[in-house]
Amino acid sequence: MTKAPRTGERDPARGHGDTDERPLASDIARVLGDPRTWGSGVSKEGQPGDGGTFGETVADNLKLTQGSRVAVIGGGPAGSLFSFFLLKTLALIDTEVTVDIYEPRHFDHCGPAGCNHCGGIVSESLVQILATEGILLPAEVVQRGIDSYVVHMDVGSVRIDTPLHEKRIAAVYRGNGPRTSERITTEGFDRYLLDLAVSNGATVQHKLVTDVKWPEGRPRVVCGDGAEATYDLLVVASGVNSQVMHIIEELGLGYKTPSAVTTFIAEFHMGQRLIQQHLGTSMHVFLLDIPRLKFAALIPKGDFITMCMLGDNIDEQLVNTFLNAPEVRRCFPSATVPTNCCHCFPRINVRKARKPFANRLVLIGDSGVSRLYKDGIGAAYRTSKAAAMTAALHGISEEAFAHQYWPACRAIDRDNMIGRLIFGVCHLIQKLRFSRRAVRRMTFLEQTTPSSRRLMSSVLWDVFTGSAPYREVLVRTLHPAFIGGLAWNLIAGNAPNARVREDKTMVS
Amino acid sequence: MTDVLGKTYRPGEIIVRQGDLGDCMYVIQDGDVEVLKEENGVQTVVDTMHTGDIFGEMAIIEHTVRSSTVRASSPARIMTVDKKTFIRRVQEDPSLALTVLKVMSQRVRKLDLEVATLKQELGRETTSAEPSTGRRIHGD
Repeated sequence: MTKAPRTGERDPARGHGDTDERPLASDIARVLGDPRTWGSGVSKEGQPGDGGTFGETVADNLKLTQGSRVAVIGGGPAGSLFSFFLLKTLALIDTEVTVDIYEPRHFDHCGPAGCNHCGGIVSESLVQILATEGILLPAEVVQRGIDSYVVHMDVGSVRIDTPLHEKRIAAVYRGNGPRTSERITTEGFDRYLLDLAVSNGATVQHKLVTDVKWPEGRPRVVCGDGAEATYDLLVVASGVNSQVMHIIEELGLGYKTPSAVTTFIAEFHMGQRLIQQHLGTSMHVFLLDIPRLKFAALIPKGDFITMCMLGDNIDEQLVNTFLNAPEVRRCFPSATVPTNCCHCFPRINVRKARKPFANRLVLIGDSGVSRLYKDGIGAAYRTSKAAAMTAALHGISEEAFAHQYWPACRAIDRDNMIGRLIFGVCHLIQKLRFSRRAVRRMTFLEQTTPSSRRLMSSVLWDVFTGSAPYREVLVRTLHPAFIGGLAWNLIAGNAPNARVREDKTMVS
Repeated sequence: MTDVLGKTYRPGEIIVRQGDLGDCMYVIQDGDVEVLKEENGVQTVVDTMHTGDIFGEMAIIEHTVRSSTVRASSPARIMTVDKKTFIRRVQEDPSLALTVLKVMSQRVRKLDLEVATLKQELGRETTSAEPSTGRRIHGD
């Protein structure tokens, strides 16, 4: 055996397993798919990746017990929900631990200083599940309850309502509102969840973590003010826009940061009355044939509209092209888009991190695995709860996380593969005008015919809201009724006579 | 109001009707509701519930009709939880079922208490009505 690499000195020739030989391509595929083969960057000298502390070589010792200390880096939804579920579950088994959440922001400043840079949509399924968990989002947190989507295309617009006509999607601010907002009644979503964690016993350290060390097989958190503290478990929930992920990567534990793409988010001030008049309680999504644009949406919130854009290499030119599109301008008063009062280019996770766990370490939320393009907060909930249940009930060893936590991440990742296919089809629809006509016609007829089955509507709804797994969406599109309906609408929607008739009758 | 979730019901409005088939449960986001049981054409209020409480969970667990009618007793905001969403999530995270188990456990505890109280009251009434016979309700 060659000597194992020390911290931050991975030997690329060794691959990820314990063998000295270079891995074959087939081995690489197997290794990436199976966490048991990832190894732990094992050092025999007490370096990161050891079985634990000196003499702590078996997973039996790697459990949270009375008085254990847990550090959570990042006080966003993943970090706060992890702390909440960990403390709640440990309380059930009469175990008291200390949970310190390291979050430099207070989430009570307007603008970027208190924001987590995100579109701020809590999906339909997550709102329901949080309510079941006893987490009821109060009116101060919900900037607008969303009950419908309006899909805008160059061939017209179509509205999709929830079957129950119930507001089950929450538009929220991740911080305390855009730069110019001054509403004191507003409470950010992140602040609300952080307070929830604190009310269950967590402590917030408003400090910036600048380094993580691993003396004697235990994580030591180093802060900007020089303070250091050693913990039994380190949970990283810093997201992909933080340097902490790179610090963890350099520890040599086998973690590799996830792939991310840049998005664009902007806020426009319009006032509640005008927003209600022009956007109502609908989220407005755009399927426009603009090069490099994958998806864009306008989300009404309080006095502001949040604009989210996903695409390849988003820059000012792409943003301006989108904002000048007539379908977008029609959503604003006098077809004039106001100047944005706050904007950012945050990155989002689009491909999972490699090995987001080790002994005494777990990475959750965007730092680990997230859902493709949609429902990032939902993925944060799922990964944080899976990690918390693992740490509370199964231990904090690499083995425990591989067996209990990783399956939740793998399920999200596998579903994302199907998601890529679905978004590929959506992209195709964006490019092909005749397909857009068919989609619009089919959706419109389903929405206006009371007894009609919601085939296309439910597919579009779940793709845009991220409420259902992508696998389920794909299965629905393979149903003969869906295929038959789409085929009929492709013919009927593109017949010359039908086009004229529809343009007169369909609501735009 | 635009900044709230769920559906708003006026006082007296029926949310769930006894005998209807159900495929969802409900979480009270805000307000109060009362649970009514109809027997022989007579409605009796058997319970009241408040913000944060869950009802209609039996429809999630067993495919059967609603056992009671639930109506708003004040302006109430109610969130529907779809059976499919709940079951899908429970399959991935069985601990979520604990929340429903907790609700049912509290309900059983409450019912036990009510049954005990009723039997005691009935026992006292019987004893005072027929003091000479010494008949007992329990232990026959």
